[in-house]
Amino acid sequence: MNQSPRVHSGPLQDPHGTPLEELDVSDPRLFETDAWRPYFERLRREDPVHYLADSPFGAFWSVTKFNDIVHVDTHHQVFSSSPTIVIGDLTEEMKFDNFIFMDPPKHDVQRAAVQPVVAPANLAKLEPVIRERAGRILDALPVGDEFDWVDRVSIELTTQMLATLFDFPFEDRRKLTRWSDLAVATPELAGAMLVTQQERITGLQECLATFSQLWQERLGREPGYDLISLLQASEHTRDMVHQPMEFLGNLLLLIVGGNDTTRNSITGGVLALNKNPAEYAKLRGNPGLIPGMVSEIIRWQTPLAHMRRRAKEDTELGGKRIRAEDKVVMWYVSGNRDDSVIERADEFIIDRPKARHHLSFGFGIHRCMGNRLAEMQLRIVWEEIMKRFRFVEVVGEPVRVRSNFVKGYESLPVRLHAA
Amino acid sequence: MVKVTFIEFSGEVRPVEAPAGNTLMQAAMDNMVPGIDADCGGSCACGTCHVIVDPAWFARTGSGDEMEEAMLAMRPDRCPTSRLACQITLSDELDGLVVRLPEHQM
Repeated sequence: MNQSPRVHSGPLQDPHGTPLEELDVSDPRLFETDAWRPYFERLRREDPVHYLADSPFGAFWSVTKFNDIVHVDTHHQVFSSSPTIVIGDLTEEMKFDNFIFMDPPKHDVQRAAVQPVVAPANLAKLEPVIRERAGRILDALPVGDEFDWVDRVSIELTTQMLATLFDFPFEDRRKLTRWSDLAVATPELAGAMLVTQQERITGLQECLATFSQLWQERLGREPGYDLISLLQASEHTRDMVHQPMEFLGNLLLLIVGGNDTTRNSITGGVLALNKNPAEYAKLRGNPGLIPGMVSEIIRWQTPLAHMRRRAKEDTELGGKRIRAEDKVVMWYVSGNRDDSVIERADEFIIDRPKARHHLSFGFGIHRCMGNRLAEMQLRIVWEEIMKRFRFVEVVGEPVRVRSNFVKGYESLPVRLHAA
Repeated sequence: MVKVTFIEFSGEVRPVEAPAGNTLMQAAMDNMVPGIDADCGGSCACGTCHVIVDPAWFARTGSGDEMEEAMLAMRPDRCPTSRLACQITLSDELDGLVVRLPEHQM
């Protein structure tokens, strides 16, 4: 199949002047250039459930207001998660299967098998490990010299945590980052070609082979709290290694779910505080604000900009008639800025009331399984940062990821000031 | 006013009063009862207001609808009398209600 997928090109649409029926918020460059806000503001105001008849991703509905998004997310009998939850369609080459793409009953069975990896008891065991690693990473940073926070802290910390969750060979942990990036790196998924299709296939085959080998090595071993042990221990998933696309899919789900989301929230917090010095001052005055701040960071960053569904039947939303088989995209990034639900939604306020009331983890049966683990990592990172540094100063522009799905940072130059 | 007793996982007893018509979740939030997170603000969408109704009261509260069941099913600590507090509306019939809080919300 040699046909290249269509990509967005040419100048960005004018958010105000473009005719409403042509407004296309799926352009990944909107997020890369941080230009997305006025497009979604306009849709929330003028056309909250918005149909676009043609785009590089085909026709799709955009759901942009908080309460409408909750409606879609919680009505899984009407809005299916199959075949995929990103706006693009899977190509033939890499059609993996995992429970984020499934509906009940199979979804429930598989999620239940994997969920113990983030059970509260397991998180309690992980906390001192995370704290020790965060401390070590932060202690090794140069004070006074410029460096890239994304590489030295955000990626490093989350990768180490992921390696722990998988009991993955520690020295190879950067492969997890690579595979995570490959999983979402195509135009079909993200709106831009970030690697060649062949690189992607080869890389993901390596991922599958590596984990298949780990699976074999772990058979008959004492079951631990790592993901592979859990899959082997549950009767519903103990043969998953024989379903390679399902095995790879579930591995990637946890690698992606646990990787760039947390990574980008760690970076996002630094950026948000720098853009809002009064909030940073509040934090210095009272590190007890950290737990609430963590929720606010996750809301402000919205590490996954959207989630997509497929209407299983004709249905109505926001006064619009959605047809069976229509693609329906919940724009979490927009709902999180909906000031009809969240007061002063565009502002970063570390002690805002009801900070936990945001869309970044989704809602309903697919709500992010790792949400408490993410919060715990962020809380610990900030506790350890505040012990060591008075100011993590951003000294240059961030480079953002070109994607309409992963809302994140390639790099962020910073300079540290000691406590 | 409807009297409700929340029993924290630690065993600490928290008697509160709330107006009929409020949800059990609201009663907890308004009275600063710890252990209920209510991340979705009461939309039966997050499962973080999970409570265990005292068996003596379960006949009066009943069980939840399909949507609530789907959320409760995801909870590994789910009990036969588990409910989501945001889906229980307080009434005079529930005056004296007793519920226990789970160790964690997820």
